[in-house]
Amino acid sequence: MKKFSTMYFRDRDIQKIIGKLLRLGVVSASIISLIGGIIYLSVHGMDSIPDYHKFHGQPETLTQIAGIIEKTFSLNARGIMQLGVVVLIMTPILRVFCSLFSFAIEKDRMYVVITFAVLSIILFSMFTGMKI
Amino acid sequence: MSILIFTLILLLGAYFAGLIGSMTGLGGGVVIIPLLTLGFHIDIHYAIGAALVASIATSSGSASAYVREGITNMRLGMFLEIATTLGAVLGAAIAVYMPTNAIAIIFGIVLIFSAAMTLRKKHDQTVVVGSAASKRLKLNGSYPTVEGQKSYQLTNVSGGFSLMTLAGVLSGLLGIGSGALKVLAMDVIMRVPFKVSTTTSNFMIGVTAAASAVVYLQRGYIDPGIAFPVIVGVLGGATTGARLLQRMNVKVLRIIFSVAISIVAINMMYNGFHHKF
Repeated sequence: MKKFSTMYFRDRDIQKIIGKLLRLGVVSASIISLIGGIIYLSVHGMDSIPDYHKFHGQPETLTQIAGIIEKTFSLNARGIMQLGVVVLIMTPILRVFCSLFSFAIEKDRMYVVITFAVLSIILFSMFTGMKI
Repeated sequence: MSILIFTLILLLGAYFAGLIGSMTGLGGGVVIIPLLTLGFHIDIHYAIGAALVASIATSSGSASAYVREGITNMRLGMFLEIATTLGAVLGAAIAVYMPTNAIAIIFGIVLIFSAAMTLRKKHDQTVVVGSAASKRLKLNGSYPTVEGQKSYQLTNVSGGFSLMTLAGVLSGLLGIGSGALKVLAMDVIMRVPFKVSTTTSNFMIGVTAAASAVVYLQRGYIDPGIAFPVIVGVLGGATTGARLLQRMNVKVLRIIFSVAISIVAINMMYNGFHHKF
């Protein structure tokens, strides 16, 4: 077996892993939203569309991860569809995480700092929600 | 209109958006926003949320293929993402105070610019001597060509970085990937080879869009009933588009689409000036 070393973990190998990760994220996001969508259409398909002309925003349960997960477990269609959105949003963020590890393995300290800066900006907006 | 009919039309529209978007280089959001606002008279806030979802889907979907080929410059992308994510968070913050009509007008201007950019003549950079900053930041790289690995250097890092911040602000404000601006920053200002700048830009769009999407999700801009057909449709379209791309001459398609986009843009701006949003 190859050693888990800098030599083995060259850029190309990491790029392959990241490529697979992106694909996996996108495929699972679409499968989850499709499942939610089919349930949504089978229950509400014949209803008339909600009032999208005016902006009302989503109820709080659909704007927070905890609420979305809770709704998913109770098999709420809108909750499952929103979980698909969350998985889709998480895919590029997870990719940044992976890059952080790959730069750490390569012992590229400068890029560990740069990647960490990007991640911090995203995490900052995630936790504050920028509700100014 | 019933939800079923609405979903099916949106699914078809999103498929078209993904298909054309992946072949011309214009992101999915460019089609999604006019379709929702002009076509269905849906509030522009919901449209921005849906466009962000479309941008992430197109970027992650096509980036996965490019990354494996090793064309993307990961260090360059990550370094510039500091600028785009900062800009995106800023743009999402500004969006609260921006009147919807102003957003529509800015969107129109960006659309026309993007359309013009896709028609621009593309010629690869002649050999560039990299700047000191580029060397220090390890941004120079190489990419595979038919003649084997080709190395390149780049220049004007600070100029590219500033334009990337603007690209980030626009993407946070409008929900689009602003790929045209990203390519401009890398291609024209930093003199990155064309193939590298387009793939790296595509790769970056997902991260930029995700940075503002987490804000918009918490603000309730993302409606699952709209997002679901958009995700499924855009991904399906982008997959077909990537396949068609190998056997098609997209030159004519680019011209037709750019003209169509410009007409839509003028329509958006007209409505914006007449306060119809």
